[in-house]
Amino acid sequence: MNATSSQPVFIALQTNNDTLSLIEAILFDNPQATLEEYPAMVRIVAPGRLVVRRESVEERIGRSFDLREIQLNTISIAGEVDETEDEFTLCWKL
Amino acid sequence: MSNENQTPAKKLTLKENYALMTRDLGWETSYQPMDEVFRYLKFEGIKIHDWEKWEDPFRLTMDAYWKYQGEKERKLYAIMDAFQQNNGQFNVTDVRYIQALKVFIQGFSLIEYTSHRGFNIMSRELAGVGPRIAAEMQALDELRHTQTQIHTLSQYNRYFAGMEEFPYMFDRTWYLSIPKSFFEDAVTGGPFEFIVAISFALEYLLTNLVFMPWMSGAAYNGDMATVTFGFSAQSDEARHMTLGLEIVKFLLEQDPANVPLVQKWIDKWFWRGYRVLALVSAMMDYMLPKRVMPWCEAFEIYFEQNGGALFADLARYGIRMPKHYEVAIKEKGRISHELWSIFYQYRDAAGFHPWLPSEEEMDWFSEKYPDTFDKLYRPRYEYWRQLEKEGRPFINSNLPQLCQICQWPMLFSEPDDPTQTCYRETEYKEEKFHFCSDGCKDIFCDEPEKYVNAWLPVHQIYQGNCLLEGVDPTAPGFNPLAEALKYMGIKPGIDGGSLSASADAHNWEAWTGRPHNSHEGMVTEPAAKAA
Repeated sequence: MNATSSQPVFIALQTNNDTLSLIEAILFDNPQATLEEYPAMVRIVAPGRLVVRRESVEERIGRSFDLREIQLNTISIAGEVDETEDEFTLCWKL
Repeated sequence: MSNENQTPAKKLTLKENYALMTRDLGWETSYQPMDEVFRYLKFEGIKIHDWEKWEDPFRLTMDAYWKYQGEKERKLYAIMDAFQQNNGQFNVTDVRYIQALKVFIQGFSLIEYTSHRGFNIMSRELAGVGPRIAAEMQALDELRHTQTQIHTLSQYNRYFAGMEEFPYMFDRTWYLSIPKSFFEDAVTGGPFEFIVAISFALEYLLTNLVFMPWMSGAAYNGDMATVTFGFSAQSDEARHMTLGLEIVKFLLEQDPANVPLVQKWIDKWFWRGYRVLALVSAMMDYMLPKRVMPWCEAFEIYFEQNGGALFADLARYGIRMPKHYEVAIKEKGRISHELWSIFYQYRDAAGFHPWLPSEEEMDWFSEKYPDTFDKLYRPRYEYWRQLEKEGRPFINSNLPQLCQICQWPMLFSEPDDPTQTCYRETEYKEEKFHFCSDGCKDIFCDEPEKYVNAWLPVHQIYQGNCLLEGVDPTAPGFNPLAEALKYMGIKPGIDGGSLSASADAHNWEAWTGRPHNSHEGMVTEPAAKAA
């Protein structure tokens, strides 16, 4: 992974039953991230890099999870996307 | 045939699967030279050396696209069913909120359709397979947005005015020429200008302002149908924005000669998009009876911070912040108020019902806009309120001068003096052209031939081009303004005019037993004009 800048990246998600564990997993895997809550949605902002890990989500929802499923509930993102089977990463490359 | 004793083939990784399902769909043409097949690629001066260098950020193949989009639709339609079955249209805060939905269906749903057309062109004209497939998916997304918006809002149309003729209005109504001309300007550019304009400048830089704070506000105001189509659409936007960022990076990496062209388009389309979104500033600050955040704050989060991070990232290519961004920052405390004042003055010519902000709202504005509201706008609203009380409400019956580029009336103030209206002009081929800002003037001066014949509603009215068939302008008692409104599809007193006297307000109170304006109470005046 390239070095990243510390400019903020974010993911905004709808708040619903599907995203409860997703949000929990993201906050667990990104201790530097902050959660902003708005009506019907949250925005999770992190300096430079934010990662969604498939395993962390699966542990919480108790089934297998395809990271592309996050597109169902994503409202917006900021940062460059890198997507593999195991991780969905947002970052700003230096 | 596979041998049963063999171990099954290793499952492909996401990247391998993606490569097979996309890149392998393209080929070098042999009957015709590639330049003849993709005829617009060199038209703008952009240099592409290797389409294979394109990196697809979302590894979304067509099969997965159908699967996830189908799931989005099922969710959305389940909620729309529940909304309609439960008379959800009466569960929103009050009838002011519904005026915002009119602006949405009148002004936004058909630019989604124009966008659908634009991305169909992209999926035909871009030579790389990755961007072609991304554009094809986006073309389908945009069509879905138009359809789901119309479908969702059709429930409101059964009960409220101003929505039934939205496609007719979109092609004729004065303030709808603003979004219409914006998108037609984009779609008549070359393919690279279009994709930088829409995918990058509009989607990446600016649409967060519509879909995040405004849609969250729709939820807060109890409109579960609109928030659901809004968020469903926005779940596609995350992909569109990423396409925007990717195309810009790709162009910048392909050839240094592309940098000034891309910068020019970013400058132009940031300003064009920002001017269109001025409409959203008024929708956010004035048309959400319960508010999530003021426009100025949304602008700080989503343009200044988020856009700042983006341009810090792009600096390595020699790209800077869009020209005149600092003017947009200076305007953030004024734009919604300047705009609402215009709609109030021209309320008889609007396809919705503008109103004066209540005391409660003005106090909120004072708190959120401490530097501007009490000094510049509160006195105006209080004066207009006084005139309303005296039974002689202020109406502006003069047609406004329009900006040749963005087509807004000249309503914006000087960047450094909010008490003076900003006027700019230039001469081209012995004719004078007028602009609302340096941003719009720069765009004209760069490509005057594209804009000299812009269809400006006020000019068209004065030239006699806004009359229905059979109307005789020489007949005694001919009223040019009344006839122009008919032409534009606005029924005076029904689609536009004062909120408290409207059929919407009276019907709302009769059907729900709740005030049409939760800050002002029930309509107390006799319902002289009610349906």
